[in-house]
This record gives sequence, structure tokens and C-alpha cells, in this order.
Amino acid sequence: MSTLNIVNKSPFEKRTLEQCLKRVGDGDSVLLIEDASICAVAGTAYQDQLNATAELTKLYVLQPDLDARGFTDAKLLEPVQCVDYTGFVELVAQHDRVHSWL
Amino acid sequence: MEEDEYAGGVIKKFLYVNRRQPHGTVYALESLETVLIGAAFDQDVSMLFIDDGVYQLKKEQSPDGIDMKNFSKTYRALEMYDVEKLFVERESLEERGLSAEDLLVDVEVIATADVKALVDEQDVVLSF
Amino acid sequence: MSIEVNGKSLETDEEGYLENLSEWEPEVATVMAEIDELELSDNHWEVINFLREYYEEYQIAPAVRVLTKAIGKKLGKDKGSSKYLYELYPYGPAKQACKYAGLPKPTGCV
Repeated sequence: MSTLNIVNKSPFEKRTLEQCLKRVGDGDSVLLIEDASICAVAGTAYQDQLNATAELTKLYVLQPDLDARGFTDAKLLEPVQCVDYTGFVELVAQHDRVHSWL
Repeated sequence: MEEDEYAGGVIKKFLYVNRRQPHGTVYALESLETVLIGAAFDQDVSMLFIDDGVYQLKKEQSPDGIDMKNFSKTYRALEMYDVEKLFVERESLEERGLSAEDLLVDVEVIATADVKALVDEQDVVLSF
Repeated sequence: MSIEVNGKSLETDEEGYLENLSEWEPEVATVMAEIDELELSDNHWEVINFLREYYEEYQIAPAVRVLTKAIGKKLGKDKGSSKYLYELYPYGPAKQACKYAGLPKPTGCV
């Protein structure tokens, strides 16, 4: 069974990302959007935690949110895959349920 | 909704994840109202309290002094709405120096490691 | 909208529910019933008083299914039936009786 977890808060402001990551597991996915998109970039304080999560869980980031924040050409974490809006919709369709961590 | 039993509809499993304190924002109250509506439509409803959400169930809340409604009393009505599956995460309680005895309803205490299994049983997950 | 009770004007919403729950007094129920051309019997009052106590305890106006069950428990099986409650409150026991009792509309009713 798989859940698409969506996080939209910056981990530098809110703890939503950490709260989500400690409760996901095998087969789940985490999609970083809006203010959470910046932690897909390599070199933040959250990279080790995200890399560790990626051993069981797929990681995605919404490209338009990275573009908007000036990270179009930035080096991203190895396990993170970029998606556009169509890819977002496909992810929703591929999973059994969506958990939006508002 | 008409005042008769909702019959013949599809019953789905709903999990409401409560992650915020009761009075600082409107999330907790909105969640509770959504739960009651879901239950009135005979859906299979569970609630999970994690992180600051565990404070929603704290005994002896008296928010009169901050001009808020004491909706903590309403959690004790959930049983009558056949909402009987209330889960609270042990680690969230412990981090806050709380235990199940501090809560105003009977709950099932589960570990962080069990949350995924609970989520995996659901058709719909709503986070507040 | 508003209703006149004991010389005071009390605000109601577009469906006739009291805007300010603390303004309720028994006369409110009587006046609302008169508008619906209904005379309140002891049986009506029993339900109204039950709802006032229920709200005090749980801070919520119960849905009809819950009300029926709870009345049955408190006042006996005969009274805990939709038939009995609909005879008293033909517009719907939860909605109409909650209105008379000064409560908000039950959650889950559109």
C-alpha cells in the first residue's frame, strides 16, 4: 500500500517535513512543493535526513516551485526526481491515497 | 441532509490526522466538525492525534478566559456518533510530558512505527 | 431577522436559530413554537430541556440519530423513537427542537 505525502512548508520555519518523514515507510512517496521545495537542493541541513528517508521512500520535487525560487539549475539531492504539474497528477493517480501535511 | 438515515451509499475508511493545538488556530475545531459530518453520513471514521494534536484531548481545558468555545467537551460525544477509533501517538505524548491519563477520552496509544500501518488501511487521509 | 420575546428583540439567523445562545430563556421556545403554530406540551419541553443539558455537557447540537438514541437512554425506549419525536417535532426533531432550545443547527444537517 502506498501513500503520496505532500509537504509544502519550509523545514526552516515549520517542523512539518520532519514530522512527515518520521512516519513514512516502505513504498511511500514524499513530494516537496511550495516552500518545502528548497530542501530538494543539495547542501541544506536536511540533506542527510532526506537521503536516509530515500532508502525506503521515493522523493519528488515540483519543478515550477524550484524555478520560482531561483533553483532551476541547482544541484539537487541524488534521490530526488523533478516533476511538472502533469507529473504531479500522475503521482496522485499512482498512489492509493494522498496525505497533504498542511 | 435530510433527517433520515443515509442508506445505500459507499462506506469509506477516513483517517483524520490532528497535529495542532486546540486554540491557537481553527484547525482542531474544523477537523472535529468534519469528523462529525463524516460520521453523520455513516462513514468509517478514525482519528489520529500526533505532535501538538495530542493537546486537543487534554483534560480540564477551560478556554472561557480567552473567549474560545470549550469544544474539548465534544470529543466525549464522539462515541455516540460511532467514532470509537481514537489513536494517540506515544512518542508525541512523551515528548510533551503527558500520558494517556491526562486525556479526557479513552484512546488507543500507538507507536510512531505503527502510524504507517494505520495510514495504509485508509481510503482517505485528511490532515489538520 | 429577529424575534420579540418579553419585550426584547433577539437576533436570529435566516433559518430562525438564535444568533446568541446566551439570550435563551424558556419564553424563546414558546414564541418560536407560536410562529410554527405549535403549542408546547410537557413532552415537547422534555426534549427541549434534554437538548439544553446535552449542549451544556458536549457543546454540540446532536444529529437526529444521536438524539434519538440518547433520548431513549435517558427517557425510556418509547420516547427514543423517530416516530415519537417526529410527532412532536414534524419539521425534524433535531432541527426544530434545537431551534426552540436556542442551540445551533445540528452539525451534519445542510
